Amino acid sequence: MNETLLRELIPVVTGVLVRRGADFATAEDAVQEALIQALATWPKSPPADPKGWLITVAWRKFLDATRAESSRHAREARVAAEPPPGPADDTADALQLYFLCAHPSLTPASAVALTLRAVGGLTTRQIAEAYLVPEATMAQRISRAKRTVSGVRFEEPGDLATVLRVLYLVFNEGYSGEVDLAHEAIRLTRQVMSMTDDEEASGLLALMLLHHARRVARTTPDGALVPLAAQDRSRWDVELIAEGVAILQAGLARDRLGEYQAQAAIAALHADARTADETDWVQIVEWYDELDRLTDNPVVRLNRAVAVGEADGAQAGLAALEQVDPAVPRRTAVEAYLRERAGDPALAARLYADAARAATNLAERDHLTRQAARLHDALRD
Amino acid sequence: MAKYLLLKHYRGGPAPLVDIEPIDRWAPAEIDAHVQYMNDFAARLEGTGEFVDGQALSPDGTFVRYDGEGRPPVTDGPFAETKDLIAGWMVIDVETYERAVELAGELSAAPGPDGKPIYEWLEVRPFLTAAPTVTE
Repeated sequence: MNETLLRELIPVVTGVLVRRGADFATAEDAVQEALIQALATWPKSPPADPKGWLITVAWRKFLDATRAESSRHAREARVAAEPPPGPADDTADALQLYFLCAHPSLTPASAVALTLRAVGGLTTRQIAEAYLVPEATMAQRISRAKRTVSGVRFEEPGDLATVLRVLYLVFNEGYSGEVDLAHEAIRLTRQVMSMTDDEEASGLLALMLLHHARRVARTTPDGALVPLAAQDRSRWDVELIAEGVAILQAGLARDRLGEYQAQAAIAALHADARTADETDWVQIVEWYDELDRLTDNPVVRLNRAVAVGEADGAQAGLAALEQVDPAVPRRTAVEAYLRERAGDPALAARLYADAARAATNLAERDHLTRQAARLHDALRD
Repeated sequence: MAKYLLLKHYRGGPAPLVDIEPIDRWAPAEIDAHVQYMNDFAARLEGTGEFVDGQALSPDGTFVRYDGEGRPPVTDGPFAETKDLIAGWMVIDVETYERAVELAGELSAAPGPDGKPIYEWLEVRPFLTAAPTVTE
Protein backbone atom coordinates (compact mmCIF):
# COMPACT_ATOMS: atom_id res chain seq x y z
CA MET A 1 0.00 0.00 0.00
CA ASN A 2 1.48 3.35 -0.92
CA GLU A 3 1.51 6.40 1.30
CA THR A 4 -1.28 8.17 -0.60
CA LEU A 5 -3.65 5.25 -0.10
CA LEU A 6 -2.62 5.08 3.53
CA ARG A 7 -3.43 8.75 4.00
CA GLU A 8 -6.86 8.24 2.43
CA LEU A 9 -7.70 6.30 5.58
CA ILE A 10 -6.75 9.09 8.00
CA PRO A 11 -10.10 10.91 8.18
CA VAL A 12 -11.95 7.60 8.30
CA VAL A 13 -9.90 6.30 11.23
CA THR A 14 -10.02 9.58 13.15
CA GLY A 15 -13.75 9.75 12.52
CA VAL A 16 -14.21 6.25 13.97
CA LEU A 17 -12.24 7.16 17.10
CA VAL A 18 -14.24 10.32 17.67
CA ARG A 19 -17.46 8.42 17.06
CA ARG A 20 -16.38 5.97 19.77
CA GLY A 21 -16.11 8.86 22.20
CA ALA A 22 -12.49 9.99 21.87
CA ASP A 23 -11.96 13.74 22.02
CA PHE A 24 -10.87 15.11 18.65
CA ALA A 25 -7.50 16.55 19.70
CA THR A 26 -6.27 13.36 21.39
CA ALA A 27 -7.74 11.14 18.67
CA GLU A 28 -5.96 13.15 16.00
CA ASP A 29 -2.61 12.81 17.78
CA ALA A 30 -3.22 9.08 18.25
CA VAL A 31 -3.93 8.60 14.54
CA GLN A 32 -0.76 10.49 13.62
CA GLU A 33 1.23 8.15 15.85
CA ALA A 34 -0.45 5.12 14.31
CA LEU A 35 0.35 6.52 10.87
CA ILE A 36 4.04 6.86 11.75
CA GLN A 37 4.04 3.26 13.03
CA ALA A 38 2.31 2.08 9.86
CA LEU A 39 4.90 3.79 7.65
CA ALA A 40 7.65 2.09 9.62
CA THR A 41 6.25 -1.44 9.80
CA TRP A 42 3.96 -1.98 6.81
CA PRO A 43 6.67 -2.20 4.14
CA LYS A 44 7.98 -5.37 5.86
CA SER A 45 4.74 -6.81 7.15
CA PRO A 46 1.69 -5.36 5.42
CA PRO A 47 -1.54 -6.02 7.33
CA ALA A 48 -4.38 -7.94 5.71
CA ASP A 49 -6.86 -5.26 6.76
CA PRO A 50 -5.09 -1.85 6.72
CA LYS A 51 -8.08 0.09 8.03
CA GLY A 52 -8.75 -2.37 10.85
CA TRP A 53 -5.06 -2.30 11.76
CA LEU A 54 -5.02 1.51 11.89
CA ILE A 55 -8.19 1.70 13.97
CA THR A 56 -6.87 -0.86 16.47
CA VAL A 57 -3.44 0.76 16.82
CA ALA A 58 -4.80 4.31 16.94
CA TRP A 59 -7.41 3.34 19.54
CA ARG A 60 -4.71 1.72 21.68
CA LYS A 61 -2.57 4.86 21.42
CA PHE A 62 -5.58 6.97 22.33
CA LEU A 63 -6.20 4.87 25.43
CA ASP A 64 -2.49 5.10 26.39
CA ALA A 65 -2.59 8.87 26.06
CA THR A 66 -5.82 9.10 28.00
CA ARG A 67 -4.54 6.90 30.83
CA ALA A 68 -1.42 9.02 31.07
CA GLU A 69 -3.44 12.07 31.89
CA SER A 70 -4.60 13.00 35.35
CA SER A 71 -8.25 13.08 34.40
CA ARG A 72 -8.15 9.47 33.31
CA HIS A 73 -11.01 8.30 35.50
CA ALA A 74 -13.39 10.94 34.27
CA ARG A 75 -12.43 10.34 30.67
CA GLU A 76 -12.60 6.58 30.91
CA ALA A 77 -15.96 6.83 32.56
CA ARG A 78 -17.17 9.07 29.79
CA VAL A 79 -15.81 6.84 27.05
CA ALA A 80 -17.31 3.80 28.72
CA ALA A 81 -20.65 5.56 28.99
CA GLU A 82 -20.79 6.43 25.31
CA PRO A 83 -23.49 4.51 23.50
CA PRO A 84 -22.08 1.70 21.40
CA PRO A 85 -21.38 2.87 17.88
CA GLY A 86 -24.32 2.50 15.56
CA PRO A 87 -24.04 0.85 12.18
CA ALA A 88 -20.56 1.69 10.92
CA ASP A 89 -20.72 4.53 8.44
CA ASP A 90 -17.11 5.39 7.75
CA THR A 91 -17.98 7.86 5.04
CA ALA A 92 -20.24 9.88 7.31
CA ASP A 93 -17.55 9.93 10.02
CA ALA A 94 -14.85 11.03 7.61
CA LEU A 95 -17.07 13.76 6.21
CA GLN A 96 -17.85 15.01 9.72
CA LEU A 97 -14.12 15.33 10.23
CA TYR A 98 -13.84 17.55 7.15
CA PHE A 99 -16.66 19.72 8.53
CA LEU A 100 -14.95 19.96 11.90
CA CYS A 101 -11.59 20.99 10.37
CA ALA A 102 -13.29 23.71 8.29
CA HIS A 103 -15.57 24.85 11.11
CA PRO A 104 -16.73 28.47 10.69
CA SER A 105 -15.27 29.37 14.11
CA LEU A 106 -11.76 28.87 12.66
CA THR A 107 -9.83 31.49 10.71
CA PRO A 108 -9.09 30.43 7.12
CA ALA A 109 -5.40 29.80 7.89
CA SER A 110 -6.25 27.69 10.95
CA ALA A 111 -8.78 25.68 8.98
CA VAL A 112 -6.22 25.08 6.25
CA ALA A 113 -3.58 23.89 8.72
CA LEU A 114 -5.99 21.66 10.62
CA THR A 115 -7.41 20.15 7.43
CA LEU A 116 -3.96 19.33 6.04
CA ARG A 117 -3.01 17.61 9.28
CA ALA A 118 -6.18 15.91 10.49
CA VAL A 119 -7.67 14.85 7.18
CA GLY A 120 -4.62 15.15 4.92
CA GLY A 121 -2.34 13.26 7.31
CA LEU A 122 0.57 15.64 6.68
CA THR A 123 3.03 16.16 9.50
CA THR A 124 3.27 19.52 11.24
CA ARG A 125 6.78 19.92 9.80
CA GLN A 126 5.53 19.40 6.24
CA ILE A 127 2.75 21.95 6.72
CA ALA A 128 5.17 24.44 8.29
CA GLU A 129 7.55 24.07 5.35
CA ALA A 130 4.75 24.49 2.86
CA TYR A 131 3.69 27.80 4.43
CA LEU A 132 7.22 29.00 5.24
CA VAL A 133 6.86 29.32 8.99
CA PRO A 134 8.79 27.59 11.81
CA GLU A 135 7.51 24.20 12.90
CA ALA A 136 6.88 25.49 16.46
CA THR A 137 4.63 28.25 15.10
CA MET A 138 2.65 25.81 12.95
CA ALA A 139 2.34 23.39 15.90
CA GLN A 140 0.78 26.18 17.94
CA ARG A 141 -1.53 27.19 15.11
CA ILE A 142 -2.78 23.62 14.87
CA SER A 143 -3.21 23.09 18.59
CA ARG A 144 -5.09 26.40 18.93
CA ALA A 145 -7.34 25.33 16.08
CA LYS A 146 -8.01 22.04 17.86
CA ARG A 147 -8.90 23.94 21.05
CA THR A 148 -11.22 26.22 19.10
CA VAL A 149 -13.27 23.30 17.81
CA SER A 150 -13.00 21.22 20.99
CA GLY A 151 -16.50 22.22 22.06
CA VAL A 152 -18.13 21.45 18.72
CA ARG A 153 -20.40 18.43 18.77
CA PHE A 154 -19.07 15.90 16.28
CA GLU A 155 -22.55 15.22 14.88
CA GLU A 156 -23.24 18.93 14.33
CA PRO A 157 -24.51 19.44 10.78
CA GLY A 158 -21.64 20.78 8.70
CA ASP A 159 -21.47 23.24 5.85
CA LEU A 160 -19.90 21.76 2.73
CA ALA A 161 -19.25 25.28 1.37
CA THR A 162 -16.69 25.95 4.13
CA VAL A 163 -14.89 22.68 3.34
CA LEU A 164 -14.71 23.53 -0.36
CA ARG A 165 -13.45 27.03 0.48
CA VAL A 166 -10.59 25.58 2.54
CA LEU A 167 -9.63 23.14 -0.22
CA TYR A 168 -9.73 25.97 -2.76
CA LEU A 169 -7.31 27.96 -0.57
CA VAL A 170 -4.95 24.99 -0.29
CA PHE A 171 -4.94 24.69 -4.08
CA ASN A 172 -4.76 28.36 -4.96
CA GLU A 173 -2.27 29.59 -2.39
CA GLY A 174 0.04 26.63 -2.32
CA TYR A 175 3.71 27.34 -1.97
CA SER A 176 6.51 25.05 -2.92
CA GLY A 177 7.92 22.58 -0.45
CA GLU A 178 8.44 18.90 0.04
CA VAL A 179 4.68 18.38 -0.29
CA ASP A 180 2.86 19.39 -3.45
CA LEU A 181 -0.15 21.25 -2.05
CA ALA A 182 -1.91 21.37 -5.42
CA HIS A 183 -1.81 17.56 -5.60
CA GLU A 184 -2.92 17.37 -2.00
CA ALA A 185 -5.87 19.71 -2.61
CA ILE A 186 -6.91 17.64 -5.63
CA ARG A 187 -6.65 14.40 -3.65
CA LEU A 188 -8.78 15.74 -0.80
CA THR A 189 -11.35 17.29 -3.13
CA ARG A 190 -11.67 13.93 -4.92
CA GLN A 191 -12.36 12.33 -1.56
CA VAL A 192 -14.98 14.95 -0.63
CA MET A 193 -16.65 14.56 -4.02
CA SER A 194 -16.84 10.79 -3.64
CA MET A 195 -18.36 11.19 -0.16
CA THR A 196 -20.94 13.84 -1.02
CA ASP A 197 -21.93 13.50 -4.66
CA ASP A 198 -22.29 17.29 -4.59
CA GLU A 199 -22.27 19.38 -7.80
CA GLU A 200 -20.10 22.12 -6.32
CA ALA A 201 -17.58 19.59 -4.98
CA SER A 202 -17.29 18.18 -8.49
CA GLY A 203 -17.18 21.74 -9.87
CA LEU A 204 -14.24 22.53 -7.59
CA LEU A 205 -12.45 19.34 -8.59
CA ALA A 206 -12.96 20.18 -12.27
CA LEU A 207 -11.67 23.70 -11.67
CA MET A 208 -8.53 22.35 -9.98
CA LEU A 209 -7.86 19.78 -12.70
CA LEU A 210 -8.31 22.30 -15.50
CA HIS A 211 -5.90 24.76 -13.90
CA HIS A 212 -3.48 22.05 -12.86
CA ALA A 213 -3.37 20.92 -16.49
CA ARG A 214 -1.69 24.22 -17.40
CA ARG A 215 0.82 24.16 -14.59
CA VAL A 216 4.02 23.51 -16.55
CA ALA A 217 3.04 26.12 -19.16
CA ARG A 218 2.29 28.83 -16.57
CA THR A 219 5.91 29.70 -15.78
CA THR A 220 9.23 29.82 -17.58
CA PRO A 221 12.04 27.61 -16.23
CA ASP A 222 13.32 30.63 -14.25
CA GLY A 223 9.94 31.26 -12.64
CA ALA A 224 8.55 34.15 -14.72
CA LEU A 225 4.77 34.14 -15.29
CA VAL A 226 3.52 33.27 -18.77
CA PRO A 227 0.09 34.84 -19.38
CA LEU A 228 -2.64 32.56 -20.66
CA ALA A 229 -2.56 34.01 -24.19
CA ALA A 230 1.19 33.38 -24.51
CA GLN A 231 1.26 29.86 -23.07
CA ASP A 232 2.47 26.95 -25.19
CA ARG A 233 -0.80 25.04 -25.32
CA SER A 234 0.88 21.88 -26.54
CA ARG A 235 2.30 21.59 -23.02
CA TRP A 236 -1.14 21.52 -21.38
CA ASP A 237 -2.00 18.13 -19.91
CA VAL A 238 -4.75 16.80 -22.16
CA GLU A 239 -5.63 13.94 -19.83
CA LEU A 240 -6.29 16.28 -16.92
CA ILE A 241 -8.32 18.55 -19.20
CA ALA A 242 -10.42 15.63 -20.45
CA GLU A 243 -11.05 14.47 -16.92
CA GLY A 244 -11.90 17.99 -15.71
CA VAL A 245 -14.30 18.58 -18.60
CA ALA A 246 -16.03 15.23 -18.08
CA ILE A 247 -16.52 15.89 -14.36
CA LEU A 248 -17.76 19.40 -15.06
CA GLN A 249 -20.26 18.27 -17.70
CA ALA A 250 -21.67 15.56 -15.46
CA GLY A 251 -22.20 18.18 -12.76
CA LEU A 252 -23.67 20.83 -15.06
CA ALA A 253 -26.14 18.29 -16.45
CA ARG A 254 -27.75 18.18 -13.02
CA ASP A 255 -28.62 21.85 -13.31
CA ARG A 256 -27.58 23.03 -9.86
CA LEU A 257 -25.12 25.73 -10.78
CA GLY A 258 -22.68 27.20 -8.25
CA GLU A 259 -19.59 29.39 -8.33
CA TYR A 260 -17.03 26.59 -8.70
CA GLN A 261 -18.89 25.07 -11.62
CA ALA A 262 -19.08 28.49 -13.29
CA GLN A 263 -15.36 29.10 -12.74
CA ALA A 264 -14.58 25.62 -14.06
CA ALA A 265 -16.73 26.33 -17.12
CA ILE A 266 -14.58 29.38 -17.87
CA ALA A 267 -11.40 27.33 -17.44
CA ALA A 268 -12.89 24.65 -19.72
CA LEU A 269 -13.58 27.20 -22.47
CA HIS A 270 -9.94 28.29 -22.32
CA ALA A 271 -8.84 24.66 -22.39
CA ASP A 272 -11.04 24.10 -25.43
CA ALA A 273 -9.28 26.74 -27.56
CA ARG A 274 -6.34 25.35 -29.53
CA THR A 275 -4.93 28.86 -29.86
CA ALA A 276 -5.63 32.00 -27.82
CA ASP A 277 -7.33 33.53 -30.90
CA GLU A 278 -9.88 30.71 -31.01
CA THR A 279 -11.10 31.44 -27.47
CA ASP A 280 -14.88 31.75 -27.26
CA TRP A 281 -14.89 35.04 -25.35
CA VAL A 282 -18.60 35.66 -25.89
CA GLN A 283 -19.44 32.49 -23.97
CA ILE A 284 -16.85 33.34 -21.34
CA VAL A 285 -18.55 36.72 -20.76
CA GLU A 286 -21.85 34.87 -20.30
CA TRP A 287 -20.26 32.66 -17.65
CA TYR A 288 -18.87 35.71 -15.87
CA ASP A 289 -22.41 37.11 -15.83
CA GLU A 290 -23.55 33.89 -14.15
CA LEU A 291 -20.65 34.06 -11.73
CA ASP A 292 -21.43 37.69 -10.91
CA ARG A 293 -25.02 36.71 -10.17
CA LEU A 294 -23.84 33.87 -7.91
CA THR A 295 -21.10 35.63 -5.95
CA ASP A 296 -21.36 39.44 -6.01
CA ASN A 297 -17.54 39.51 -6.02
CA PRO A 298 -15.70 42.59 -7.38
CA VAL A 299 -12.85 40.38 -8.65
CA VAL A 300 -15.38 38.61 -10.87
CA ARG A 301 -16.46 41.96 -12.34
CA LEU A 302 -12.79 42.79 -12.95
CA ASN A 303 -12.17 39.53 -14.81
CA ARG A 304 -15.42 40.03 -16.67
CA ALA A 305 -14.10 43.39 -17.95
CA VAL A 306 -11.09 41.56 -19.40
CA ALA A 307 -13.39 39.09 -21.16
CA VAL A 308 -15.63 41.90 -22.47
CA GLY A 309 -12.50 43.59 -23.83
CA GLU A 310 -11.67 40.44 -25.78
CA ALA A 311 -15.22 39.77 -26.94
CA ASP A 312 -16.33 43.31 -27.87
CA GLY A 313 -13.15 45.35 -28.10
CA ALA A 314 -11.02 47.41 -25.75
CA GLN A 315 -13.48 50.33 -25.49
CA ALA A 316 -16.24 48.00 -24.32
CA GLY A 317 -13.79 46.47 -21.84
CA LEU A 318 -12.92 49.92 -20.47
CA ALA A 319 -16.63 50.72 -20.13
CA ALA A 320 -17.10 47.48 -18.16
CA LEU A 321 -14.08 48.39 -16.05
CA GLU A 322 -15.77 51.61 -14.96
CA GLN A 323 -18.22 49.46 -12.97
CA VAL A 324 -15.34 47.97 -10.95
CA ASP A 325 -14.36 49.46 -7.60
CA PRO A 326 -10.98 51.25 -8.00
CA ALA A 327 -9.74 49.58 -4.81
CA VAL A 328 -9.93 46.07 -6.31
CA PRO A 329 -6.42 44.60 -6.56
CA ARG A 330 -5.11 44.18 -10.14
CA ARG A 331 -7.62 46.70 -11.53
CA THR A 332 -4.79 48.98 -12.66
CA ALA A 333 -3.09 46.07 -14.42
CA VAL A 334 -6.31 45.30 -16.30
CA GLU A 335 -6.73 48.95 -17.27
CA ALA A 336 -3.13 49.04 -18.54
CA TYR A 337 -3.84 46.01 -20.76
CA LEU A 338 -7.05 47.53 -22.14
CA ARG A 339 -5.46 50.98 -22.70
CA GLU A 340 -2.71 49.40 -24.78
CA ARG A 341 -5.26 47.57 -26.89
CA ALA A 342 -7.24 50.79 -27.23
CA GLY A 343 -4.16 52.42 -28.76
CA ASP A 344 -2.76 54.45 -25.87
CA PRO A 345 0.67 52.92 -25.15
CA ALA A 346 1.95 55.91 -23.14
CA LEU A 347 -0.91 55.72 -20.65
CA ALA A 348 -0.67 51.92 -20.65
CA ALA A 349 3.04 52.08 -19.78
CA ARG A 350 2.38 54.42 -16.87
CA LEU A 351 -0.47 52.22 -15.61
CA TYR A 352 1.66 49.06 -15.89
CA ALA A 353 4.36 50.73 -13.79
CA ASP A 354 1.74 51.78 -11.20
CA ALA A 355 0.31 48.26 -11.18
CA ALA A 356 3.78 46.76 -10.68
CA ARG A 357 4.35 48.94 -7.61
CA ALA A 358 1.00 47.81 -6.15
CA ALA A 359 1.46 44.10 -6.96
CA THR A 360 1.33 41.79 -3.96
CA ASN A 361 3.21 38.89 -5.48
CA LEU A 362 6.67 38.76 -6.94
CA ALA A 363 5.98 36.96 -10.22
CA GLU A 364 3.16 39.36 -11.07
CA ARG A 365 5.23 42.41 -10.18
CA ASP A 366 8.04 41.24 -12.45
CA HIS A 367 5.58 40.50 -15.24
CA LEU A 368 4.00 43.96 -14.99
CA THR A 369 7.41 45.63 -14.82
CA ARG A 370 8.40 43.86 -18.05
CA GLN A 371 5.17 45.05 -19.70
CA ALA A 372 5.93 48.65 -18.72
CA ALA A 373 9.51 48.28 -19.95
CA ARG A 374 8.36 46.79 -23.26
CA LEU A 375 6.04 49.76 -23.90
CA HIS A 376 8.62 52.34 -22.81
CA ASP A 377 11.11 50.70 -25.14
CA ALA A 378 8.66 50.82 -28.07
CA LEU A 379 7.76 54.45 -27.33
CA ARG A 380 11.44 55.47 -27.60
CA ASP A 381 11.70 54.21 -31.20
CA MET B 1 -2.16 34.63 5.99
CA ALA B 2 0.32 37.26 4.97
CA LYS B 3 3.84 37.86 6.14
CA TYR B 4 5.06 41.26 7.30
CA LEU B 5 8.46 42.56 8.25
CA LEU B 6 8.52 44.76 11.35
CA LEU B 7 11.63 46.82 10.88
CA LYS B 8 13.22 48.41 13.90
CA HIS B 9 15.12 51.56 13.00
CA TYR B 10 17.40 53.13 15.58
CA ARG B 11 17.57 56.13 13.30
CA GLY B 12 15.87 57.06 10.06
CA GLY B 13 12.16 56.91 10.87
CA PRO B 14 9.80 59.84 11.52
CA ALA B 15 10.72 62.20 14.37
CA PRO B 16 10.59 60.33 17.67
CA LEU B 17 7.73 61.13 20.05
CA VAL B 18 9.98 61.17 23.10
CA ASP B 19 13.72 61.69 23.33
CA ILE B 20 15.28 58.51 24.66
CA GLU B 21 18.89 58.17 25.70
CA PRO B 22 20.96 55.61 23.80
CA ILE B 23 20.45 52.16 25.31
CA ASP B 24 24.05 51.99 26.52
CA ARG B 25 23.22 54.71 29.05
CA TRP B 26 20.24 52.85 30.51
CA ALA B 27 20.43 51.09 33.86
CA PRO B 28 21.24 47.38 33.46
CA ALA B 29 17.85 46.41 34.90
CA GLU B 30 16.14 48.65 32.30
CA ILE B 31 18.04 46.90 29.52
CA ASP B 32 17.06 43.52 30.99
CA ALA B 33 13.41 44.56 31.08
CA HIS B 34 13.57 45.77 27.47
CA VAL B 35 15.15 42.53 26.22
CA GLN B 36 12.70 40.49 28.27
CA TYR B 37 9.79 42.35 26.69
CA MET B 38 11.07 41.50 23.20
CA ASN B 39 11.55 37.83 24.12
CA ASP B 40 8.13 37.60 25.72
CA PHE B 41 6.56 39.23 22.69
CA ALA B 42 8.19 36.70 20.34
CA ALA B 43 7.18 33.80 22.60
CA ARG B 44 3.60 35.05 22.73
CA LEU B 45 3.45 35.24 18.92
CA GLU B 46 4.82 31.73 18.65
CA GLY B 47 1.94 30.72 20.92
CA THR B 48 -0.61 32.38 18.67
CA GLY B 49 0.95 30.77 15.59
CA GLU B 50 2.07 34.11 14.13
CA PHE B 51 5.84 34.17 14.69
CA VAL B 52 8.23 33.56 11.81
CA ASP B 53 11.60 35.07 12.66
CA GLY B 54 13.31 37.78 14.66
CA GLN B 55 16.91 38.93 14.55
CA ALA B 56 18.98 41.75 15.99
CA LEU B 57 21.72 43.38 13.93
CA SER B 58 25.08 44.75 14.96
CA PRO B 59 25.35 48.45 14.05
CA ASP B 60 28.72 47.84 12.37
CA GLY B 61 27.54 47.69 8.78
CA THR B 62 29.93 47.73 5.85
CA PHE B 63 28.93 48.83 2.36
CA VAL B 64 30.24 46.54 -0.37
CA ARG B 65 30.07 46.74 -4.14
CA TYR B 66 31.43 45.04 -7.26
CA ASP B 67 34.38 46.89 -8.75
CA GLY B 68 34.80 45.29 -12.16
CA GLU B 69 36.16 42.06 -13.62
CA GLY B 70 39.09 40.55 -11.73
CA ARG B 71 39.10 43.20 -9.00
CA PRO B 72 38.25 42.65 -5.34
CA PRO B 73 35.00 44.18 -4.09
CA VAL B 74 35.20 47.73 -2.80
CA THR B 75 34.16 48.31 0.80
CA ASP B 76 33.17 51.46 2.60
CA GLY B 77 32.25 52.22 6.18
CA PRO B 78 31.25 51.43 8.82
CA PHE B 79 29.92 54.93 9.37
CA ALA B 80 29.49 56.21 12.90
CA GLU B 81 26.53 58.45 12.06
CA THR B 82 24.55 56.93 9.19
CA LYS B 83 21.16 58.48 8.69
CA ASP B 84 19.31 55.19 8.67
CA LEU B 85 20.38 52.56 11.15
CA ILE B 86 18.41 49.32 11.30
CA ALA B 87 18.68 47.58 14.63
CA GLY B 88 16.76 44.42 13.89
CA TRP B 89 13.58 42.93 12.60
CA MET B 90 10.75 40.58 13.29
CA VAL B 91 8.79 38.65 10.67
CA ILE B 92 5.18 37.80 11.47
CA ASP B 93 2.55 35.76 9.59
CA VAL B 94 -0.90 37.19 10.30
CA GLU B 95 -4.46 37.07 9.05
CA THR B 96 -4.81 40.79 8.19
CA TYR B 97 -2.90 44.03 7.72
CA GLU B 98 -4.78 45.42 10.73
CA ARG B 99 -3.37 42.62 12.88
CA ALA B 100 0.16 43.45 11.68
CA VAL B 101 -0.33 47.09 12.68
CA GLU B 102 -1.79 46.07 16.04
CA LEU B 103 1.25 43.88 16.79
CA ALA B 104 3.74 46.52 15.65
CA GLY B 105 2.01 48.95 18.02
CA GLU B 106 2.49 46.52 20.89
CA LEU B 107 6.14 45.91 20.05
CA SER B 108 6.72 49.66 19.94
CA ALA B 109 5.59 49.89 23.56
CA ALA B 110 8.73 48.06 24.77
CA PRO B 111 9.96 49.62 28.02
CA GLY B 112 12.93 51.99 28.22
CA PRO B 113 14.28 54.20 31.02
CA ASP B 114 12.11 54.11 34.17
CA GLY B 115 10.14 51.28 32.61
CA LYS B 116 8.21 53.70 30.37
CA PRO B 117 7.33 52.80 26.79
CA ILE B 118 9.88 54.08 24.26
CA TYR B 119 7.23 54.85 21.59
CA GLU B 120 9.68 53.86 18.86
CA TRP B 121 8.58 53.93 15.22
CA LEU B 122 8.47 50.52 13.58
CA GLU B 123 8.20 50.16 9.83
CA VAL B 124 5.65 47.56 8.65
CA ARG B 125 6.45 46.09 5.22
CA PRO B 126 4.36 43.37 3.52
CA PHE B 127 6.19 40.46 1.88
CA LEU B 128 5.46 39.81 -1.76
CA THR B 129 3.74 36.43 -1.96
CA ALA B 130 3.77 33.53 -4.36
CA ALA B 131 1.45 33.94 -7.34
CA PRO B 132 -2.04 32.44 -6.95
CA THR B 133 -2.91 29.61 -9.34
CA VAL B 134 -6.39 30.75 -10.37
CA THR B 135 -6.34 34.25 -11.83
CA GLU B 136 -9.01 34.38 -14.47
